[in-house]
Amino acid sequence: MAKSDLIGGSIWEEYSQKVQDLMNNPRNQGELTEEDAKRLGGELIVADFGAESCGDAVRLYWIVDPKTDKILDAKFKSFGCGTAIASSDTMVELCKGKTVDEAVKITNIDVEKAMRDEPDTPAVPPQKMHCSVMAYDVIKKAASLYKGVDMESFEEEIIVCECARVSLSTIKEVIKLNDLKTVEEITDYTKAGAFCKSCIRPGGHEEREYYLVDILEQTRKEMEEEKLKEQADKQASGEEVPFKEMTMVQKIKAIDKVIDENIRQYLIMDGGNMEILDVKENGEYTDVYIRYLGACSGCASSSTGTLYAIESTLKQKLDPNIRVLPI
Amino acid sequence: MMKVYLDNNATTMVDPEVKAAMDPYVCEIYGNPNSLHDFGTATHPALRKAMDQMYEALGARDEDDIVVTSCATESNNWVLKSVWLDLIQNGEKDHIITTEVEHPSVTAVCRWLESRGVRVTYLPVNADGIVEAHTVRDFITDKTALVSVMWANNETGAVFPIEQIAEVCKEKGVLLHTDGVQAVGKIPVNVTKAGVDFMSFSAHKFHGPKGVGGLYIRGGRSLTSLLHGGEQMGGRRSGTLNVPGIVGMGKAMELANYYLRFEEQHVRRLRDKLEDAILQIPDTYSVGPRDNRTPNTVLVSVRGVEGEAMLWDLNRAGIAASTGSACASEDLEANPIMIAVGADNELAHTAVRLSLSRFTTEAEIDYTIDVFKKAVERLRAISSTYAYTPKKEGA
Repeated sequence: MAKSDLIGGSIWEEYSQKVQDLMNNPRNQGELTEEDAKRLGGELIVADFGAESCGDAVRLYWIVDPKTDKILDAKFKSFGCGTAIASSDTMVELCKGKTVDEAVKITNIDVEKAMRDEPDTPAVPPQKMHCSVMAYDVIKKAASLYKGVDMESFEEEIIVCECARVSLSTIKEVIKLNDLKTVEEITDYTKAGAFCKSCIRPGGHEEREYYLVDILEQTRKEMEEEKLKEQADKQASGEEVPFKEMTMVQKIKAIDKVIDENIRQYLIMDGGNMEILDVKENGEYTDVYIRYLGACSGCASSSTGTLYAIESTLKQKLDPNIRVLPI
Repeated sequence: MMKVYLDNNATTMVDPEVKAAMDPYVCEIYGNPNSLHDFGTATHPALRKAMDQMYEALGARDEDDIVVTSCATESNNWVLKSVWLDLIQNGEKDHIITTEVEHPSVTAVCRWLESRGVRVTYLPVNADGIVEAHTVRDFITDKTALVSVMWANNETGAVFPIEQIAEVCKEKGVLLHTDGVQAVGKIPVNVTKAGVDFMSFSAHKFHGPKGVGGLYIRGGRSLTSLLHGGEQMGGRRSGTLNVPGIVGMGKAMELANYYLRFEEQHVRRLRDKLEDAILQIPDTYSVGPRDNRTPNTVLVSVRGVEGEAMLWDLNRAGIAASTGSACASEDLEANPIMIAVGADNELAHTAVRLSLSRFTTEAEIDYTIDVFKKAVERLRAISSTYAYTPKKEGA
C-alpha cells in the first residue's frame, strides 16, 4: 500500500492503444472452413479452449500445409472480455506463416509483448494477464490435434503461474535457496502470483492444479525434514549437534541423558529422585521444569545446592543458557 | 456523441436543486454547528430543516434517531460491529443472519465477524432474487442477535419483503437491520410502517452528495458508538457535522420523495421500454419479475457475449453501464447474483446492469437500444460460443 494505491484506477485506463484498437477492430476474427482448406491445399484444424461458464473461451482455426507443417491461414472466435479478444487476435497474427513447431513456442508473454505500445510498458494490467494465457493454451491444443498427441507433451515442465510462466521446480528452488516463508516473498522473487493471482490459493479467478500456499507449505515441510535427516545423520556419524540447533525432542532427550548419566544416581543414593516436567524455549533461554521426588522433595538443599549442581551440569554439558526451575 | 448515464445504482448526478441548497453552506455559512457564536448557530436552521426533511421522507417518529454518517458502508459497519460488541461479546448471543446477495459492506463485515467466532448464516435467494420471510424464520434461534437483509438489491433491483421479515423478527424478538441504499428514493420507504430497527442509506444514490449517509435507529434501541469524540449527533456519532452534506441529503431526500410517483411511472416506463427492446434480441434474459423490482433497474444477460466486452462497446458509444462479473476481479468466479438466482453457468459471465434515474430521457433510451443491438451483433459475430452468422453487406 502506498499513495498510488489509495485511489483505484480503472483497468481500462491501463490498456495499451494497440489493445484498445484490437478490441475495437480485431483483424483475424472469423471462421475457416473445409472449402478454405481445400482452396489453400491444407488441413483444417479447429481447436477450442476454455468454457463460457469460466468467463473465457476461444476457438482457433488453422489451415496447415501437411508437407511443410506451415500455418497457411488462421482465424479465431472468442467469448471473453476485450483483452481476451485482443490477445486472441494477436496470437493468430503471430501464428500465421510459422510452422506448427514454431507456433507452439509462442507464449502468452510473447502475445502480451506484441501488444505493447512502449517496449517497457505492459500492454494490459496485471489482473488481465491471464487473458493472454488462454491464447497460448489454444495454440497447444491446435498443435496437439494436428499432431495427434496430448497437449501436455508440449509442456516440458509443470507451470504453476501461467501468467508469468513460472514452473514448479523454480518456485521450490527459490523457496529453499532463500529460505522464503511467505507467498508474498515468492511473488517478489519469481513474479509468480503477481498477475491474475489465481495460483496463490484456491478460490481465485480460475481453478489450478498447484497453489503457491500449498507449494510453500509442502516445501517448508520438506526443508524441515531434510534438516532433521541431516541432524540425525550427523548424530549417527558421531558428529555433535549444537544444543541450540536441536529440535525440541532432541533437546529433551539430551537433557534426559545428561541427568541420567550425571545426576540421578546421586539423588537415588540419598533416597530421592527427580523428573522432567517440561522444557520450554524462553527467548534465548531454555527453561527446564523439574519436580523432586522421594526424599528430595522438601530437602533444604533442593532449592540451593542440589539445584545449582543440576543446573551447572546441564550448562556445562549442553548449553550455558539452560535454566532449571523446580516446581 | 450522445452521453448516456445508465449506472445510477452506482452513483447519481447531484440534483441542481440540491447543489443550490448546499451552496451557501460552503463559503458563506461555514461555522461549526457546535460553536457558541453566531457563525456556528447560523447553520442550525438549515440543519434542523434537513433533519425534518429526512424524518418526513422516511416516516421516522420523533423518538427515533436518524444519525448522519459518512456513507452507508459506515452505517452497515456500525450496526454489525456494535451488535457484536453489545450482544455477542458478552456471550448472550452468537449468531447473525444475512443473505448471500448483500453489498460487500455487509458481507465483508460478516466474514470478519466470523473470524472473531460469530456464527453467520447467509440465506440464499429464490429464483426471483429475494429471500422470503418464512426462510428467515426457519433460521432464527435463541442465540440470534441480528437479522440483516437488504431492502432492494443493487444488481437486480429485486425488492425484499421487509415488512414481513420485520414481523418475523418482532415475533422472535430479534433485531432487524436493513440496508436501504437501493430502496430510498426509488420506492416508498417508511421505517415505522416497515417496523425495522435499523436502516442504512446513502445520499449519493438519490441525487445527493457523496460522503454523507445515515443510519435510522428505532427509538429505544441501544447501539454502542464507534466514533467517540465531541459528542455530536446526540453522542451517537462524534465528528464535526458535514453541514453542506447534511443540507444536501435533506433536500435530496425531500426531492426523491416528491418524485416517487414520477419514478414509478416515467422511469419505470423507460426501463420497461429498454428491457422490452433488449428482450426482443434472441437469447437474452432479464433477472427477476418486473413488478417486484425498483423501477429503474434491469439486469440483462446476453447469451454468447461476455459482460465486460459488452460494457466496452457501450462505453465506446458513450453509454455507462455495469457488470457484476468483471473478469479482472480476483475472487469473482461469476456474478454471484446470476448463480444465486439459478441462471445456467453459461450466462453467469454475461450480466449487464442498466440503471436509470429521473434524469434519463426517452431519446437516451432510444439511442441505447440502438447501440445495444449493434454491440450484440458485433460481439456475437466474434463469439466462439454463439453460433451466429452476421448479415453480409448488401445481402
